[in-house]
Amino acid sequence: MNHPNEEELIAYHGGEPARREAIATHVADCSECQVELARIDAVLSALSSLPVPDPGADYGARVWQKIAPRLPERPPVRWWQFDSSSLAAGWRAWLEPRRLAALGAVAAIAIVAFLAGRVTKQPPPVAVTADASKIRERVLVMAVGEHLGRSEMMLIELGNTEPENSKQKEVNISGERRRAEDLVEENRLYRQTALEQGDTALAGVLDELERVLLDVAHSPGEVTPAQLDEMQQRIAARGILFKVRVVGKELEQRERSAAPATVQNGLGTGERNKI
Amino acid sequence: MEATGDSDAIAVERTLAGDRDAFRVLVERHSPNVFRLAFRMTGNQHDAEEVVQEAFLRAYQKLSQFAARANFGTWVYRIAANYAIDRMRQRKSEDANREPAPRANDDGIEVDAMSFVPDSAPNPERLAQSEQLAEHMRRAMQELTPAERTAFVMRHWGGSGIEEIAEALKSSSSAAKNTIFRSVQKLRRALEPFVEARGQARSVGTES
Repeated sequence: MNHPNEEELIAYHGGEPARREAIATHVADCSECQVELARIDAVLSALSSLPVPDPGADYGARVWQKIAPRLPERPPVRWWQFDSSSLAAGWRAWLEPRRLAALGAVAAIAIVAFLAGRVTKQPPPVAVTADASKIRERVLVMAVGEHLGRSEMMLIELGNTEPENSKQKEVNISGERRRAEDLVEENRLYRQTALEQGDTALAGVLDELERVLLDVAHSPGEVTPAQLDEMQQRIAARGILFKVRVVGKELEQRERSAAPATVQNGLGTGERNKI
Repeated sequence: MEATGDSDAIAVERTLAGDRDAFRVLVERHSPNVFRLAFRMTGNQHDAEEVVQEAFLRAYQKLSQFAARANFGTWVYRIAANYAIDRMRQRKSEDANREPAPRANDDGIEVDAMSFVPDSAPNPERLAQSEQLAEHMRRAMQELTPAERTAFVMRHWGGSGIEEIAEALKSSSSAAKNTIFRSVQKLRRALEPFVEARGQARSVGTES
């Protein structure tokens, strides 16, 4: 055979099976190709000597520490792996009215997304996609707006709670705690949806809100005045009420301007990103 | 290897069943290897560490798409390669915005790195270990496009097959083959003057 060209020799050196035997036979008898192959090998061997820093024996543990807080609460589940008991328990939990409302909003978004996907297969796609995404955004905006309103109300009430007199040893916040538990569930759903929609700014505020809600949800039903004071200060320090109000206001504006006739892109995100 | 593969598969299933700590096992087991490859791709520790973290985050998010019989190490490595390309492209465009200057001589003509090649290459035995050669090699790697560097690293250090590389590059197999060839060709052009084949006619790769 003729001399293999450079590409063939490089592929041969890399273990490529194509024409392997023919090239091997040729190279065995051809000093020119042997030299060429040795040159390729010399460069690649030299490159292999380039040092790679040793990240350390505890590197894997450090990676885990970095990523663990950023992992979603629950891993993605293969849909066929649900067993019937967990499915039933899941449905019971979801059938509570407030969660149902949240689920309804998310389902509506999913349906709109599905329809948009179907419709956009037909030309002309641009306007339809814009409309569908606008409707989707509007459904999310309305639902999240209501959720923020409820969260704000609970936090204000908690912030205004105080012992009736200076001798009172325990303050009952079990009502707020129960509301916070429900709000956490809703909040997770909206945060994930916002993330899926690519609305990272909204997801960020919901993430912060979730931490505060979890704080309240995990507190005992009765707290000492000092504990209550601490909790109120923690909430105040995060400035979450302010952020919730700003986002709530902005969502109202988005809702108003997201009427189907007035399709605009990127409504309000610029403002919200400034928070 | 088989045992690791089996326990990887178990860890994946346990993670999918809701056990986050099972994922930790996978992270701790595969991080060093992904790091080595990420470092070769990005050429610096900071970016490599970012690639490793992002690869495992994405792997967790996509875990339900992981085929049970696949090799987790290979899979997460491909995710890392994919992200590394994006990261390098982004870094390249950031750098391009910052420093517009390829080296130019007094006449304003771009200087070809090859013009620095000495007439007679220095003794390769001594140079092989030298920092000077290492610097040439680092530079040659940096001169590759992100896709070329990824393809080269996957092929020569990761032992990846053409199909795997094509998938990471989001290209066809023939395009991936071509990218590998171009990368080796460029590295040869840049480095051969500094690296001389030891002994003539070593019968490399002729064993089969």
